[in-house]
Amino acid sequence: MDVLEKLTVLTGAAKYDAACTSSGGNRPSKKGLLGNTSTAAAGCCHSFSADGRCVTLLKVLLTNRCIYDCKYCVNRRSNDTRRAAFTPQELAELTVGFYRRNYIEGLFLSSGVFRSPDYTTELMIRTLTLLREEYRFNGYIHAKTIPGTSPELVERLGFLADRLSVNIELPSEAGLRTLAPDKTKTAILTPMRQIQDRNRQSREELVKFRHAPRFAPAGQSTQMIIGATPDSDFHILRLSEALYSRYRLKRVFYSAYVPVAEHALLPARDSKPPLLREHRLYQADWLLRFYGFRAQELLDEAHPDFDARVDPKCSWALAHPEFFPVEVNTADRETLLRVPGVGVTSVRRILAARRSGPLRIENLGRLGVVMKRAQYFLTASGKMADGLRFTPESLLRGLISAERAGLPGMEMEQLSLFS
Amino acid sequence: MEVSYQYDGSFDGFLSCVFAVYAYKEIPAGFCSGEDLSLFDARVIITNPEHASRVLRKVSALSPDAALLLRHGFLTCLPEKEMHLFHLIAALLKDGPAFLRNRANDVLFPVARAVQHLYGEVHLLKGFTRFSDYSGVLGGEIQPKNRVLPLLGGHFRARLINDPFFLYDRTHREAVFHTPGENLVLRPLEYVQAAPPSPEEAQFRRLWKQFYDTVAIRERYNPRCRMSQMPKRYWGMMTEFQGEAYFKPQSSPEAVSAPGVPGGIPAPATPPPLGPSVPASIL
Repeated sequence: MDVLEKLTVLTGAAKYDAACTSSGGNRPSKKGLLGNTSTAAAGCCHSFSADGRCVTLLKVLLTNRCIYDCKYCVNRRSNDTRRAAFTPQELAELTVGFYRRNYIEGLFLSSGVFRSPDYTTELMIRTLTLLREEYRFNGYIHAKTIPGTSPELVERLGFLADRLSVNIELPSEAGLRTLAPDKTKTAILTPMRQIQDRNRQSREELVKFRHAPRFAPAGQSTQMIIGATPDSDFHILRLSEALYSRYRLKRVFYSAYVPVAEHALLPARDSKPPLLREHRLYQADWLLRFYGFRAQELLDEAHPDFDARVDPKCSWALAHPEFFPVEVNTADRETLLRVPGVGVTSVRRILAARRSGPLRIENLGRLGVVMKRAQYFLTASGKMADGLRFTPESLLRGLISAERAGLPGMEMEQLSLFS
Repeated sequence: MEVSYQYDGSFDGFLSCVFAVYAYKEIPAGFCSGEDLSLFDARVIITNPEHASRVLRKVSALSPDAALLLRHGFLTCLPEKEMHLFHLIAALLKDGPAFLRNRANDVLFPVARAVQHLYGEVHLLKGFTRFSDYSGVLGGEIQPKNRVLPLLGGHFRARLINDPFFLYDRTHREAVFHTPGENLVLRPLEYVQAAPPSPEEAQFRRLWKQFYDTVAIRERYNPRCRMSQMPKRYWGMMTEFQGEAYFKPQSSPEAVSAPGVPGGIPAPATPPPLGPSVPASIL
């Protein structure tokens, strides 16, 4: 099998893993080495595939041979699919060749479990060592940690990679037991804790010794599959919140389940991936990380799932009329961040601008506020936008139409007179 | 009598115009450079580096942020950018730097928005630029709306610190050249004709195209999302959107060169001695 064929097989096998960012790095370039990770503070997308997802890293499996039989996975042992494996040289040459041509920001290396977790991780370590030491590659590397790998190997992997990730896979232990019988919650959380501890330790050492080696400097992330199990949005969001606060994860990725297997416990083969639900979860994830929301404020036992019609922030605003309207000239940062249509950047601009004089409602658009959402919730010097009249019903309609066109799965929908 | 100021199109030239405005105590009706035609009588302003640096020093002293806005604003594709930048300087001298805090300010907003557009384009091109390996020299072409090279060059220099490379801006007909161990050189350049790919280069192009086509998930097909993230105007220069001939190596008869460029002369490895180099102040 030539490299082109291997690349096809091992890209096809890796693409269902959603996590693909190159963010969090800040390693400068160095003479004699190829590349840096310093643009990656915010990440850098090198292309967008036909499904609209960002392509930033060369995302491939080292091999798609796997001893596990996770029901939802395209690489499961029982699936009749072509198997392939890269040699370390092939992968290193691909990475360096792509990187020099600016096709990619670095390498995302994952693998099926070949023989055992330890054996597979050793292969990954050998590949990354070759890439870092012989090929002098200084760009971004994201490496997958396979649950069940011994701590010594995770440690070595962390010194080669910028970011590590252990996949949660499914949002509940019950889901894991039925669909991924070879993986357990403990096997997933143990390396996650180790990476967190080691990363903190490494940062402490860096304070004392300038040249201390850096362990996974861009932190760790995880992903879970949405829609393969009956877990509610509330359950998923609380899990993410716990991962952010207790394991200090940089990112949690949500991956709408794409049916790649027929199984009694899984959604039918012809079901569509729940893209809108995935979108709502990402919106809520941003609210947790940047807007000071807590999972319990967005959802609760009585409302365990997100409203498909409006985004989570609007949904929260509609449920809390007592909070609004907010006065832009006096409200504090935390309050402003809760207004739909106002983001982190526009809050920063509002805070700066109002130091030089009172703000008027017609100027807010220039500060980056999305007025078609925010107009219902803001006053400037006590005044709302001119001519704005609304009732609770028309408010909901206005908010729905403000977002609708950009939503996944919405553009094909026909309006019907009779619905 | 209304006059418009004619200058050589350089940043220093523009600053010399600003100096002249205060020297002549008149507000020009417009600024023009190169082949722009003006309805008004033209006053030709000779670029004077000393006048330019006096203006820039004054602006920097009042507000370093404004100086940055000025440098970068001059790289944008904002229509009548000179007039907007001049008003910015005038407001700064008259009222002091407080208005710079309020992005909604009528004088600041057009410039701030244009600079934001420039930064956005620079960020996208950090990803969307494609290089080809011409026997050891990396070469790439872009077609941006703003003059991004002064901001983009340093990014690629840091990344490809051991590789000689050039990056050609088709819109503004200029190129940035990198030789390892030396400073970047930005030069006007009429055209670049890239050589057809070597077998190895063609192979990497094929591999990338194959990777790009494979990585999309059919069930999630969403062309609108792709287009809003990566506007179509960038596609023309990107490897993954080229026609079949682009992936054929040199030896095959139907081979062509870089995107949309007629084949022929190999890409230059060293900067050709063409025109004056762009003022170092914007690099």
